This record gives sequence, C-alpha cells and structure tokens, in this order.
Amino acid sequence: MKKWNLVIDVAECHNCNNCFISAKDEYVGNEFPGYSAPQPLHGHKWIDIKSRERGSFPFVDVAYVPTMCNHCDDAPCVKAGRGAVTKREDGIVIIDPVKARGRSDLVDACPYGAIWWNAELDLPQAWTFDAHLLDRGADAPRCVKACPTGAMRSFKVSDDEMRRITQDEGLEELAPEFKTRPRVLYKNLHRYNKEFVAGTVVAISNDVADCVSDATVELFDGTACIGSAVTDAFGEFKIDRLEPRPRALRLHVSHASFVPRDLEFMFDSHSIALAEIALQRAT
Amino acid sequence: MVFSVLLRILSIALNVHAARSPVLRELMAKKDFVAQIRVKDGSVGRWYRFAAGKMTSAAGIAAAPDVVIQFKSASLGSRVLIHLGSGMFHFAYPLLKPFLEPMEVVSAAKNFAFEVKGDDEFTLHFTDILNTLLTHYWKQGLQVAGGETRYVNQTNGGPVFVYVKDGRIVRVTPVEFGAEDSGPWSIEARGRVFTPPHRATLSPHGLASKSLVYSSKRLLYPMRRIDFDPNGERNPQNRGKSGYVRISWDEALDITANEIKRVRRAHGHGAILNSHSSHHTWGNIGYYLSSNIRFMNAIGYTKMVLNPDSWEGWFWGASHHYGYTMRMGTAEPYGQVEDCLKEAELIVYWASDPETTCGSYAAFEATVRRQWARELGIQMIHIDPYKNTTASWIGGKWIPIVPGTGPALAHAIAYVWIKEGLYDKEYVLTRTTGFEKYVAYVLGEEDGIEKSPEWQAAETGVQPQVVRALARQWGTKRTYLSCGGKGLGFGGANRGATGIQWARSMVCLMAMQGLGKPGVNFGNLTAGAPLDMQFYFPGYADGGISGDIEGTADAVQNYQRMPHLISMNTASQRISRLRIPEAILDGEAEGYPTDSKSLEGQFQRFAYPAAGHSPIRMLYKYGGSHFGTTMESNRLAKAYRSEGLEFVVNQSIWNEGETQFADVILPACTNFERTDISEWASSGGYGHHNYNQLNHRVITLQHKCIEPLGESKSDFRIFLELAQRLGLSAYFGEAKTELQWCREQFLSSDLSKVISWKEFLRKGYYVVPAEHKQENRAPASMRWFAEGRKKDVPEPSPLPGEYGEKYLEGLQTQSGKFEFEPSSLKRFDDPERPPINRYVPSWEGRQTKELFAKYPLQLITPHPRFSFHTMGDGKDSVLNDIVDHRIEVDGYYYWVARLNPIDAASREIQDRDLIKLYNDRGSVICAAALTGRVMPGVVHSYESSAEYRPIGDPGTSPDIGGCVNILTPKRHISAKTSSSSPNSCLIEIEKWDRKEWVK
Repeated sequence: MKKWNLVIDVAECHNCNNCFISAKDEYVGNEFPGYSAPQPLHGHKWIDIKSRERGSFPFVDVAYVPTMCNHCDDAPCVKAGRGAVTKREDGIVIIDPVKARGRSDLVDACPYGAIWWNAELDLPQAWTFDAHLLDRGADAPRCVKACPTGAMRSFKVSDDEMRRITQDEGLEELAPEFKTRPRVLYKNLHRYNKEFVAGTVVAISNDVADCVSDATVELFDGTACIGSAVTDAFGEFKIDRLEPRPRALRLHVSHASFVPRDLEFMFDSHSIALAEIALQRAT
Repeated sequence: MVFSVLLRILSIALNVHAARSPVLRELMAKKDFVAQIRVKDGSVGRWYRFAAGKMTSAAGIAAAPDVVIQFKSASLGSRVLIHLGSGMFHFAYPLLKPFLEPMEVVSAAKNFAFEVKGDDEFTLHFTDILNTLLTHYWKQGLQVAGGETRYVNQTNGGPVFVYVKDGRIVRVTPVEFGAEDSGPWSIEARGRVFTPPHRATLSPHGLASKSLVYSSKRLLYPMRRIDFDPNGERNPQNRGKSGYVRISWDEALDITANEIKRVRRAHGHGAILNSHSSHHTWGNIGYYLSSNIRFMNAIGYTKMVLNPDSWEGWFWGASHHYGYTMRMGTAEPYGQVEDCLKEAELIVYWASDPETTCGSYAAFEATVRRQWARELGIQMIHIDPYKNTTASWIGGKWIPIVPGTGPALAHAIAYVWIKEGLYDKEYVLTRTTGFEKYVAYVLGEEDGIEKSPEWQAAETGVQPQVVRALARQWGTKRTYLSCGGKGLGFGGANRGATGIQWARSMVCLMAMQGLGKPGVNFGNLTAGAPLDMQFYFPGYADGGISGDIEGTADAVQNYQRMPHLISMNTASQRISRLRIPEAILDGEAEGYPTDSKSLEGQFQRFAYPAAGHSPIRMLYKYGGSHFGTTMESNRLAKAYRSEGLEFVVNQSIWNEGETQFADVILPACTNFERTDISEWASSGGYGHHNYNQLNHRVITLQHKCIEPLGESKSDFRIFLELAQRLGLSAYFGEAKTELQWCREQFLSSDLSKVISWKEFLRKGYYVVPAEHKQENRAPASMRWFAEGRKKDVPEPSPLPGEYGEKYLEGLQTQSGKFEFEPSSLKRFDDPERPPINRYVPSWEGRQTKELFAKYPLQLITPHPRFSFHTMGDGKDSVLNDIVDHRIEVDGYYYWVARLNPIDAASREIQDRDLIKLYNDRGSVICAAALTGRVMPGVVHSYESSAEYRPIGDPGTSPDIGGCVNILTPKRHISAKTSSSSPNSCLIEIEKWDRKEWVK
C-alpha cells in the first residue's frame, strides 16, 4: 500500500511563503465536501512557517520550518475524534468538516498545534494534504508544486520505501517526544534545534592584521572532540549540530605556521560567536 | 458586386448570430438607430435599422442614418470587410491571409478613404455590435476535472493557471507545462549537464492573486468625493479627509470628460497631468504604456518623466565609464549562465538579493541555478548591511557594511589590487583609458590620502583584514559581480547619496579584473539564459496599442508588424515624477531627462512650467499609490490639497493610499477580469531580452477568467468610453475590442507561425523552444570587447550614431574604451560627479555629525519581497498574514521595521512592539522585528506600502500605513540629475503608544 509523505529540507527553505499562500489560496472561500470547509481569510495558518535565528550579529543564521498537520499514523486527533477524524488508506488524516462540528477539544488533542479553530463555522480545521486534488489525479500537493527551492517534496511510497528514504537522507521528526509517527519529516533540522560555535582567526604582524585561512579548529567537551572545522579565506569557522545544554567547552586552534591556541569558555546552550582569536606566528 | 454581397452577408450574419447569442441580442436591442455602410459616391450601400430589438436591412442609401461607414471604392470596402471579418473564420484564415493587408486598412483610415461618421454614442455602439458578432463564439480556456475551467493569466511575478467554477476563481497556481510543451535548455559545465525543471515558477505576489482579486479593498463602483461639486464648491483642502458617494458610470465619465474639456478651454495646453505607476497589472493591451498613453496622447497632456528609480547610480554614473545608456547603465545580459557555471570561481553579491527581488519579474527561475553553483563549489560573498534572503539561504561570507559607504570599500579593494598586482594589467592597458589618474587617486598621490583597507574601516565598519581577504579572493579567482536582484546593476546601494559613486566603482573594479573574460562578468546566474532571442513577440514597452512612437519602442518593431494609428502628445511640458509636489505647490520645478539614446541626453535640463504652457490644473492618476514610493511622501499629501489643483480623477483597481485624494474614482478591474496578451518578464525596449532570465519563454493569452467585479471595467473600456465623450472613440479603439487587439498582436508576432489563434485562445499559452544549438546561443557578454572583436551579442544598442569610428567596434564612450575618466563627465560641469570617481561621504549618514547626533539610526528601504512594489500590499490579502511582510497587532496589520537587538534594548523595544520611526520629515508607525541580521545602527524596512493612513491631518501626522518613504530625503543624488536617494536617511525610533491613534 502506497502512502503519502512530506519531506521538508530546512536548509533549503528561504521563507518565500509560497506553501503558506498555496494553502490559503486553495482553502479560503472554497468548500470541498467530505474534505474541508473554507479556511478563514486571516488568522489560520494551515501551513505555518516557524522561524528561528541563532547567534548574534554578525555570526547569525536563520532557519525556516514549515509546519502543518503531520498526518500521523498514531494521531492523537484520530483517537480523540471518536469518528470525526479519519485516517485514510493512503496515510492522510481528514477532520470531517461535518462530524467534527463543535469539537474544539480536537484543537487541544494535537500536540503540534496544527489544528486551528474556526469560530465562525464552529469547526476544527487542518491542512488535508490537498487530498481532494490528489483524489482527482494531482501528483503532489500544491505546496510542493509551488516551492521554488525543492525544499518541500512529497512521496507516495510504501512504508518500507519511506523508511529507506528516511535513513538515506537522515530525516527526522519535528518532535519525536510526541511519539505520533508523523508522515511529515525534516532534513537538516539541526538548523532549528541545535546550536553552533563560530569565530574568526587572525594573525597580526607589523601592526597589520590578516585573516588566517586553513587553520584547524577542534571543539572539546572534556576530552571528547565534539566537532571540528577548517577556517575559510576570511579566517572564519563554524562548528554546528551542538546539543543545546550548558557546559564548559574548549577550543583548540592549530595551523602549521602559527603557535597553537586553546580557549576555554562557558557554552550557555545558545549559539555563540567567540571573540576574535589572534595567533602568533611560529618561530 | 462583391461589396454588396458582403453587406448582405453582414445583415444575415447579424440576425443568425443574434438568435444564437444572448449577448449580441441584448446589445442589438439596447439602442434604436440606423447604420449605413456605403461607397462614398453612393453607388453601393446598405442600411441596417435597429429598432425595438429587431434588425432590418436593405440595399440602398438611408435618409438620415446615425452611423455612416463609408469607403472611397467598393473594392476597398470589400477588402476591409474581409480583413475585419477574417477572425470569424479560423479555418479559412490561412487561405485568406495572403490577401489581407492590415496596412491597407490603417492606411485607408489615415487617408480618409475609410471613414466612420456619426455621433460617437452610435458609432461606438455599432462597432460594439460588429465586434460582438465577430468574437462572441471564440472559446477561451479548457474544461478540467471538478466542473472547473482552466484559464491562463500573467502577473508581475510569473504566468498562472486560473481555475474557475460558477464564475468564481477557485485557485491560482503556477503554470504546469504538459508533455507537448517545449522542454528546457541544458548547459554542460565542469563535466556535468545542468537542465532546469520543466516548469514555471511563481512569485508570492502572483500566487496570492485570488485574494487580491477578491480583496475587500476593491473599488466596485464609481465614486465622487462627498464635498466635491464640479459646478460649485470643490473643497480641494479636504482631499484625503472627506468620504465618497457612489455615482453612476455616466455621471463619473461625464464629470471627467467635462473637466478634460473645461481645463483645456480655460487654462490651455499642458493643464492635464497624467501620473501613473511604473508598473501595472500585466498585459500588453492594458498596460500603462499602452491604453493609457494612447488616450493621453489623444487629449494632450503634461508628461510625468520617470526617473530611473532602480537604476539611479548606473544611469547617472556607471554609464559614463562604459556606455549602455539603453540599459540605464547596466550590463549586457548574454551568455552569463553558461559562462558562470563553466568558468567562475566566486560570486560577489554586492547590494544584491535575487531571492527577494526575483530578478526583474522572473520569479524563482534562477533559484535552481544558484543551487547548481553551490554544488559546483563556486564561492559566495555577500556585501550588505542586512544579511538578506539570498545570503541567509545560499551561504557564504557575509560582510556587513555601513549604508552609503560602499565606494570607500571599493577604492580599498582597488588599493590592494594595485599594491599587490592583483588586476588584469594587459586588459587595463589595451581596453581602458585614464587608469593612471584613478591609481593616483587611490594611492593618495592626488590628495595625500591612501585609500587603504585601514582608511576605509572608519567609514564602512569593515575590518581591514576582511577587506584584504576579500580583495585577494576576488583578485585571484575568476569572479562574477552581482549588483541588485538581476545581478547586472540594480541594488539598494545605488539609490542613495553615494549611489552614483558606488555604481561607478562597481564597473571600475570589473574593468580592473577584465570584464568580459571567461568567468569575469556581471551577474548572479539570473540573466543570460540560453533562450531563443530571435523569436519575436512584443514586450510591454514595445507600446502595445499606444501608437506612441516617442515614449515607447513602438516604432522599433511593433508598428512595422502590427500597423495601427500612431499617437503623439502635442504638449511639450514635462515634470519629473520626483518633483510633482513642487510643481503643484511652488509652480516651479526642474528636471533632467531619463534620455537613454546617448550619454549626453541626461544632461539636458528641462523646466516646469514649459514656455507658454499652463500650470497643472487637473491630475489624471492611473493605478498604484505613490505615497509608498515617493521620498518625503508627505509633500504629496500637501500638493493634493492645493487650491491650484482643480480636479483629480483616479482610475484604480483598489482603494490604496493615493486613491483617497481623488475627486472622482473610476474603478478598473484586474487583468483576471479582462482579456490581454503578453509574454512573461518581457519588457520590450525597457529591458531588451529581459525574458532571458527565464528557463522557458512563456507567451500567454491572458484570459478573461471572470466577469469584472461590481461595476468595475477594464482600463481600455474606461478610456474608450471617455473617448466617446470626446469624439475620439473611433480613433482610440480603431473599432477593435481588447480581444481583437490581442489577436492583432498575435498575428503580428512569430507566434502566429507556430500555433493557431483558435488553439492559443483555448490553451492560453505557448512555450517558445529553447536555443538548443550551441551555434545559435548568444556569446558571453563583453567577450567581444575583452577580445577586441566587433560586438557580437544580439543587442541593437548603442545606436549607430554612438560609435566613434566603425559601427559595432568599441563601447559607447568617446574613446570606444572603458574610461576611468569619462570624456562625457569631463565636458559636463557637475561638481558632484567629478570625472575621476572620488569618495565623498553621504550628505545624510554617520558622517553628518550634527544630524547624526539627533537621528542616530540609518534607515535602508530596499525593494519589498512579498508585494510587487505597492502591488500586492495592503489590500486585505493573504500576504498581510506573512509576518515578514506585515505584523498584526490588535487587529491592524503594521508595516515591519527590522532592527538589531542592541538598538532595541537601548530604547526598551521588544520584538513586535509598535514603534515610531521619525525625523524632521515626519513619522511612521511600524511593528518592530528584532534581528541580528541587520547591523547595529541600521534599520531595515522595505519601501512600497500601498497604504497611507495618517492618524490625523494628511501630510503632517504619523502614518500607520507604513509609508516609510515619508522619512527619506527628496534630495537628488546630484543636483544635476533627477534621481532618488532614499537609502540615505537618518531617523530615531521610540516605542509608540497606540493610544495616540485611538484618541
């Protein structure tokens, strides 16, 4: 049995909002009996792009994470729905726009906050994976087709095949702690939920500063090396995918032409750029 | 004989089709009148009487017909009728085509051998009947699943499919090509083959079209300002404050037509000013350069001169070094995609964010190419005060820079290159002049100051070692320089006090690196795709139906292919867009023209009022809101309330910031409610081959997807009905509907050779096959120059008279070489544009100590991301819900201002607080977005709010609409230019108490 899955690459999303707009365009003012009642013009974000900025000026980056109904295989809303929410054979979860009337409890049932309450229609609503379009032959939901970077891809494959893709591409769940077996998976999620240490390596001779490229930078937590990088032409390095927990870390900077340096610092669990690291030329 | 038979066929056809078509029947029943078609001498003729819903007809000459269509001879009459009727017979068209001479019809009309006589009320009505007869059964769109019809349209952000059911738009999606549509090009580079996906991308504002069509801000009925009485008190002082009453179309058009007549009689030539947006809803027929100019030319008007808003520094500065005035001083757009992928090692993005501004109209077509470049390991560097979308996404080194100081950094880069020998000495020696004088300036031989990395640091905030690393990377790697979204020369840095210096610096740096050599060029993979650039289809600046041979490229290509009546404005008076308020308020203004024919055209000062002309007494505003795009915007509010401005009519789709200052509002419909024709991203003469940013050339029949909402009408129809009141309807419309004009454009283009009108009308688009043969692809830009050959890119400029010696040899400059010390600037005395490009700090920036002490934040206002300028913004659309566009606070959507957390903390501002941005020019209320992506001391807020909502008296109170240009200076970059410099702006910010508005 082939089922639908959505894969989102956080590193490729640049927040153009075409997915958000697609889900607005498709559902605002349109009723698809058996699938969905109209989405309100404002307020609801059935596809909702979360963002997070890491670090501070000038060592700053930003990640965008489009979120939506995860079409979970162990969906709390289906359990809570008592027939108002159904899981289709192709994996898609549909909140019945008639049976779910008045069921504001379903909004709270979703741990991801992906179900929206339509006060006017007295109805909980979520993104249907554009099931009404897929059922009439579309090969992908609209958000995928409108995505300019390829950050969003859909797969209609067997669960075995999807497990292989998940493994090959290192896909992750947005919140594994919810244990709901979502059908929306993410790539490069570290850009959103992990931290980095960055900095610049320079050398000063005769009062003239220059960037040091090709220096090796290693990051230690105790004796364990938890990441390394090589400085670029601007002397910059960035060590990513660090767990966000406070601890003392040590940086070791080495380069064939310079005296190595060690720096100890307190990592407070947030991404950090260290003060400029100056190296002395080896004699 | 033939003529009399054709006249009889016409009478039969009218009755037969009336029986089939309710629309035709209804139209024929609308007025009682008699039309006569005849040979002038009366030898052949037939009359058609419309009375009580019936049409009767007989051969002969009627006694007192209301409409007379007459021909000098029966044979001319036959040929014209066959020509006009050819659209009825799709199947017979190929057979008839050799006998159809469109030129003959126009020629006969111009020479009065073919005349339409009678009151316009009846002549227009009769041509409406004939046009309906000819076109009522033409089928548009395809039936698809779900009982929907799939139509096609075109936006400023790409082509779209429009799904319609029961007369309502269901959805708007990117165009999805079918297997029958021509496939994409491929490029081989570094052992790989790159092919873009077989699809069309779409910008967010295009995708949001449905919510813009059904916006609650749509103008659905004609309206008159409640305290405006054309025959009594006009109360101009209340413009922007008083409300409106609904009126009929007849009343609105009568008032407007009467005012046109009155001001021309009472005040004389030039009393009417036409102001329009620099863009419009897409389409060659309805564009501002088409229907609008055709009508304005017909009534005689004062022309608003558009300054090169997005090109300022390039046009007024860079062009003097290397030419390209026809491209406003920006670079050739040929072959860069292939050359960059094959040869480049580094792309320097300087004031360049293509993922935000989408090139120019080009959606995300180049996004995939930038991903290829990243895969190939081409390095990226981004110089910008804001870590923009492209920088954040594609990666690479971000070099934040103090706004307005770019030229200092550029001189320091040149300094490192000169000191370390990292420039192309052979190229500089053989392809350029004046380099030694530039070297003398950079090394301080001229003024005793070495323009070293250490020197520039105090100006730019860029550390010296970063400048050295940048210069060494750039000087040792084959480098593409990307300026602005399209990469060839735009960018916020060119719209500021140092914008001319900056753009000049950019071309000088590239000349030092051998511009045009393999891997050394302008671009960011957006422009210069290998498309077929010989397949002709008119772009919007080819003038559409304007017939305007002065302000559009009509005469260059379109007119020869689609014969039509030319039009010409008879008034000589002009006003720079940037000085409209002064012209109205002070009665005096001066300007410098955006004359692209030569390097010297821009030096020709003009004055307002023009000799013997009337001051402006009436404003005909066509689309868009200028409050969001006019520096020191409050000037405009004051001008609007001037006693001297007797009448303001605004023809607009939405109730935007500027509409509320009109005396009469004419509601236009969107391009989804009328028919038009166009090509994606094709600007015609305003950007020759602009479409070569795309992966596929897509030509569209813009279907009329739904009926106009409310009582709104198409722009063309509004002008036609005004023309009717001025006796101009036959001249304006040439007895054609928009749909028939679409067909004329179709027939005149190469499109008619590859697809039938019937099929094109039904399907709605055609994909022009890409240029697959390497031999036919345009060579890389400037390679000819770098190699000392004749120009060999398919670019028809510069004009022949611009070459110094032999045609096609050398650049447009006097020497034919790249001039570090331009000859044109040496002969024009402008102290703000010295021949050698020197760094002069901004006249409004961190160096202006007194003002900086009072207003310590620099405001930059780049082109917006989610709206196309003002189009798309503020119309209660879904775009409002994008938090990077507007932020909702207590039910109102505020414009966003981005500031660094350091600057916010010192002002006790939290994320999403409402804040007041202010300086001596005014104040604007925005929502704060705190981000480390903007450097401390800088505030980033896009320009182009479509809303202008002063909380008190217009022109003097804070604006909650978000027109941040209220704060920016009206000063020109140089006093001897008409240029805008919004990015030189100092402000202060404080938390704002909403009570100030509520009270």
